[in-house]
Amino acid sequence: MTMVTSELPPPPPGLGRRSAGWLHRRPAVRLGGLLALPIGWLVVVYLGSLAILLLNAFWTRDAFSGETIYVPTLRNFEELISGPYPRITLRTLVMAAAVTITCGLLALPIGYFMARVASPRIRNVLIVAAIVPLWASYLIKVYSWRLILAEEGILNWALGPLGLKGPGFGDVAVWLVFTYIWLPYMILPVYAGFERIPRSLLEASADLGARSWTTFRRIVLPLVFPALVAGSIFTFSLTLGDYIVPATVSTTIFIGNSIFANFGAGNFPLAAALSLVPLVIVLIYLLIARRLGAFTAL
Amino acid sequence: MNKRYWAVTVAALLTAAACTAGPSPTPGPTATPVATPTPEPTVGEGEGQLSVLAWPGYVEDGSSDPAVDWVTPFETETGCQVTVQVFGTSDEAFTLYSTAPERFDVVSASGDASLRLVAGGFVQPVNVDLVPSYTEIFDDLKNKDYNTVDGVHYGIPHGRGANVLMWRTDLVQPAPTSWSEMFDPDSPYAGKYSVYDAPIYIADAAVVLMNTKPELGITNPYALDETQLAAAVDLLKAQKPAVGEYWLDYTKQIDSFTNGNTTIGTTWQIIANVLQGAGVKVDVTLPAEGATGWSDTWMINSKTKNINCAYKFLDHITSAEVNIQIAEYFGEAPGNRESCKLAKNPNHCAIFHAAESDYWKKIWYWTTPVADCLDGRTDVKCTDFAAWVKAWQEIKAG
Repeated sequence: MTMVTSELPPPPPGLGRRSAGWLHRRPAVRLGGLLALPIGWLVVVYLGSLAILLLNAFWTRDAFSGETIYVPTLRNFEELISGPYPRITLRTLVMAAAVTITCGLLALPIGYFMARVASPRIRNVLIVAAIVPLWASYLIKVYSWRLILAEEGILNWALGPLGLKGPGFGDVAVWLVFTYIWLPYMILPVYAGFERIPRSLLEASADLGARSWTTFRRIVLPLVFPALVAGSIFTFSLTLGDYIVPATVSTTIFIGNSIFANFGAGNFPLAAALSLVPLVIVLIYLLIARRLGAFTAL
Repeated sequence: MNKRYWAVTVAALLTAAACTAGPSPTPGPTATPVATPTPEPTVGEGEGQLSVLAWPGYVEDGSSDPAVDWVTPFETETGCQVTVQVFGTSDEAFTLYSTAPERFDVVSASGDASLRLVAGGFVQPVNVDLVPSYTEIFDDLKNKDYNTVDGVHYGIPHGRGANVLMWRTDLVQPAPTSWSEMFDPDSPYAGKYSVYDAPIYIADAAVVLMNTKPELGITNPYALDETQLAAAVDLLKAQKPAVGEYWLDYTKQIDSFTNGNTTIGTTWQIIANVLQGAGVKVDVTLPAEGATGWSDTWMINSKTKNINCAYKFLDHITSAEVNIQIAEYFGEAPGNRESCKLAKNPNHCAIFHAAESDYWKKIWYWTTPVADCLDGRTDVKCTDFAAWVKAWQEIKAG
């Protein structure tokens, strides 16, 4: 019996071994197989949905019967440049710019302190303080601000004895809440930007007789500027698309609210056309940001 | 875990996914109007399942509150397993329904959605003789513009409510008696107005204009020609700076009235009840000039495969015993006149004016505006809902 088995030829290599060998000889296929899923995800899910969005913008919808009319037309785009939409777009841009600038002004001293002044212990505490709010639910944070800014809310209660009054709901409230919500996205890159500046440059500047303000203006600020722009990509584009904050603490309409309203009313095509507005603005913004070197600072 | 709950969970997840996915390439509904198909002659055996699109609180199977359940008895009795999808506004309901025209077998549609569903061919005529509960429905809910078209019934009336005027009694004195208190930019309460956030609110302005500007000749707030709509839009644009908040989500209005951000506004009776229950000093009134309101209708999908279950469900949900449970849970006037005596709170029907036909005569139920004027004028075209949506955007853009 043992004789018989030993005379059998060795078993052919299994499917796994064979395909492994085959793949080993073809690095291109190997790489392709590895990246197919993530790239496919990116292309199909992200770019595909954008393509559908673009396509939808050329249809129209009968608001009464709910019928989508599949006849390509530029009517939605005509509506974008007429009626209230240019006004809404401009208002959104101004708000996004205001929030971005405020976040930048707040993040600069905080980032500088974290990177250059604070002891490692304090620095860790500050990093945690900047990041922890990102863990809390966005909605909870927005609704907390509702409670803070409300007529009979905490702010007015605290300011009352001084004879002062908070801003209440409105555009100022929107600006405040946006600044609060997106600030961490500005602090983190700015902090990293300060961190990257070699200490030797500051020392050299001091050795050459520059005062601290001159050093800040001529050395630190130019070096940290790309990081500021990188942070601004987040604050700017996030403000551009948000509709929950304005809807919660004001009656003002921004682009996001217009998209939401048209979506709710069943006018997908017009909502799709409107969605392209922030998309185009952000693309332009990204091009400028790239020129300013923000992508290397991300 | 019960199989049905899995189905509901999966459906909910899929819906959530579908909602976040944004505009999808699904082809639009084939809007061939149903040429009055012959209604089912009799109600036969149930098909085993039923998919329902409803206002929250209308179709409770015990999952929100184990004590609140009128679906399980229906399922046991008929064998029709019910799955529910809820919506927050009429526009949302219409969007959900029209983008998946075969998904829901029955829908609870307010008047500002029902006509659109009829016009789009999404719902079918209902043979009211097959729904025994129909005989018990209040007569003044039958044969309305929004549930009956050219004498053909498109559903069973469910219940109704008025959009009433609410104010904080401690902050607004004397008590207001007219909607004009909410349209005065120089009022001491300017900046504190609470306004319903939907195009249909234009009708509320039209109700005011019917009184303040009779020369405009508005006889039905849902039948506005170009000039009349422009007048309503102007009124609302003038109101805009004084609006403290536009509300859609009723918890938002409750919150605003509680913390004094808004002190006077348009509301539903149930919201006032909740506020009073929480100790907030509010009161409501039906102003002299009348008000808008809503009346819901249960309708059946024109493409349903579960027609028997649908008929059984319509009868069950509008029966006296179930109708009053929903009315009390949701906070509205029941549609079934026999239901009041079954109420847990003996005052329920009095609080919600269920049987006072004089009260309801002053209510203009939400109706979708259409080009063929609802008030019967033929010499002029009225503005349709698309125009209202656009106008509302313009008003709110400020």
